[in-house]
Amino acid sequence: MTRGLRRSFDVLVVGGGPAGLAASVRAAECGLRVGLVDDNPSLGGQIWRGETTQGGSDAAGWVERSSVVGVQALSGTRVFHYPAPGTLLAESEDEVYELSFQKLVLATGARERFLPFPGWTLPNVMGAGGLQALVKSGLPINGKRVLVAGTGPLLVAVAAWLRRQGANVLAICEQASWFSLARFGAALLHHPQKLGQALSLRGQLAGVRFLTSCWPMAAQGSDKLEAVVLSRGERVVCDFLACGFHLVPNTELAQLVGCQTRGGCVQVDEFQQTSCAGVFSAGEPTGIGGVELSVVEGQIAGLAAAGRRQEAVRHFQQRKKVQGFAKALDRAFGLRQELRTIARPETIVCRCEDIAYHHLAEHKSWRVAKLQTRCGMGPCQGRICGPATEFLFHWNPDSVRPPIFPAQLEHLAWIGCSGECGAG
Amino acid sequence: MSKAAYEVVIVGAGIVGAACADEFARRGLQVLVMERDALASGATAAGMGHIVVMDDSEAQFALTRYSQRLWQELQPELPDNVEYEQCGTIWIAADEEEMEEVLRKHESYGKGGVPTEVCSAQRLKHLEPNLRDGMTGGLLVPEDGVLYPPSAAWFLIGRAQQHGAQLRLGASVVEIGQGRVRLRDGSEIRGDIIVNATGASAPELTPGLEVKSRKGHLVITDRYPGFLRHQLVELGYLKSAHSVSSDSVAFNVQPRRTGQILIGSSRQFGVEHKEVDQVILARMLERAQQYMPTLRGMLAVRTWTGFRAATPDKLPLIGSWPGDKSLFLATGHEGLGITTSLGTARILVDQIMATEPEIPIEPYLPSRTAKAYLRA
Repeated sequence: MTRGLRRSFDVLVVGGGPAGLAASVRAAECGLRVGLVDDNPSLGGQIWRGETTQGGSDAAGWVERSSVVGVQALSGTRVFHYPAPGTLLAESEDEVYELSFQKLVLATGARERFLPFPGWTLPNVMGAGGLQALVKSGLPINGKRVLVAGTGPLLVAVAAWLRRQGANVLAICEQASWFSLARFGAALLHHPQKLGQALSLRGQLAGVRFLTSCWPMAAQGSDKLEAVVLSRGERVVCDFLACGFHLVPNTELAQLVGCQTRGGCVQVDEFQQTSCAGVFSAGEPTGIGGVELSVVEGQIAGLAAAGRRQEAVRHFQQRKKVQGFAKALDRAFGLRQELRTIARPETIVCRCEDIAYHHLAEHKSWRVAKLQTRCGMGPCQGRICGPATEFLFHWNPDSVRPPIFPAQLEHLAWIGCSGECGAG
Repeated sequence: MSKAAYEVVIVGAGIVGAACADEFARRGLQVLVMERDALASGATAAGMGHIVVMDDSEAQFALTRYSQRLWQELQPELPDNVEYEQCGTIWIAADEEEMEEVLRKHESYGKGGVPTEVCSAQRLKHLEPNLRDGMTGGLLVPEDGVLYPPSAAWFLIGRAQQHGAQLRLGASVVEIGQGRVRLRDGSEIRGDIIVNATGASAPELTPGLEVKSRKGHLVITDRYPGFLRHQLVELGYLKSAHSVSSDSVAFNVQPRRTGQILIGSSRQFGVEHKEVDQVILARMLERAQQYMPTLRGMLAVRTWTGFRAATPDKLPLIGSWPGDKSLFLATGHEGLGITTSLGTARILVDQIMATEPEIPIEPYLPSRTAKAYLRA
């Protein structure tokens, strides 16, 4: 039987990546009771995964600060429901948490975008970040032939990291054109830190082919990946394909709470406050912008949530500066039209429900396609096929309903603890 | 102002509108179906999708039995994605009082020619091992079934279109009657017969209609093939149905072909908003766990709500609306719209084309509820 636990905070932060850590630290430094809930086993989010124990890193610095100032971290705990104003429900493996708050900061990060192409569901075809996470948790990669493909700066970072782990990185295929990347490179001149990172990564990838205007056309193999056919006609024999098409903001919780979104991003004002009073959002949910922007936005959100608006204002200048980088990202890594045509009629688009492209193409909207085919109705709740169909068919995503992640039935049935908090 | 004329204009493309369109079109009438939203996107999309025989009244029994037979006849033609499964219903008796109801139902169904099997506690446990111990027994109705309603409506509309019916989606109708349908943009369409098949929204187009929205919640789980074999319904609802409180929950679960389990049910009057109500959701899931304790650790992947079209006497409104020769109703099906859609379409067409209906139609005629309205 599940234990039910109740926690009450002045400021509750959802998401333990750079934005969430920064927000929780700044709010706690104001003397408030701050909770930080995150579904990963340890803090740091996707981008800082595994770095929080490396002394001297930014990641370690923020995690240490959070513990010094008394942020109450609930790791391995996933928020799945917003049952009533001022309350979220979250679950860990065997506990359900009723988290009440005065102010809420949503720093729910982003996920990789996947686009369907023939063979993309074969074993060993993975997201770039997904493969990195698997290697971090023990998948042997030493000496394996890895092709990295898709779009976005994550590809280069993951390729360099995989190489450091001993992978034989065969090539990086970036769908953006050389011209877009050159313009992006020029934009980096305004962000010396980013430029330094980029040059350093380039150095680590010496000898690895970097192909622009190039994307995967098909993954081949009988029971697992054996080769990838590229848009330039070349067939690359490999063990793994690490493939992601940039990032998609995670806005499900924001939508469930009632925050307005536009173009897939949570709308915020200059204090990172959403359309819902007392609910703030920082980092990737407000637009893909990278670590630096996430940290600044997180700090502004944390301070503003703590009522320290004047202190928050001091970070505006810095935010403005890194926002330029976010815009450059958007420009450089926009998806090209040809990517709409790589799926074949029989290519699976929704992996949860096994729905092929041609079953979807006959419908006019996401909602009708969902109703008639159950596309997006599986355990991933459309997190993978939703962004794909948005790109492929220009469909608008649907409204969000609880639970935002599959949750144990008993936890979904939680109605709070009256008197004794124990069995559900 | 554009005017077009049809023999029949059906407003509402849920399962009832779709079934009517199919029936009218196959009998050679010129049909237009108008839907403000997407096809089968209202109660049809939200409902559980059972094809059940119910006997709250003689008339309910007649219509559900008749309709179930029509579904059975249609089965060979239904495409695979309709997922029609004759899984059977088991009415669960948790105590002796409910077991008496099992016996009553057994007799009543038997008289009507519906085979049933009275199950002992042991037999029940054998049929559904995941029910908690200590149930008194149950009644198996083997001919009951489940299907996926949006695909069924899609099929019926498709067949209607093959017989010449036309479909207009996104057409917002604001007024009907006297042989006309008026749209929000001011345009009008003429029809010899107008059918209001807009479910719980029906009173918006036909003021005075005694149809109320009755909100329901549903939950669907991840895939657990083999966990559940039949549709299960508690008989305890008979007691709660007589309670004064308008909000009620009952244990009702269905196996889907995917291995998912659909969990209901709740009933609320006077709630207009679509949002999930945590208190009623929790009560509903609590009830389900009382009957099937191992549900508690299963993953719920989605919850949603829908609105049933409820009438005071729990019978649908099928037939002409007094005072307007052109206007016919096909609404008020409460939780039985999927089952009774086919029977509804048949007896509506029988009325219009003056053919002999296979079951007595009087209990469903709208005139039974319209009297009070017309007097006023």
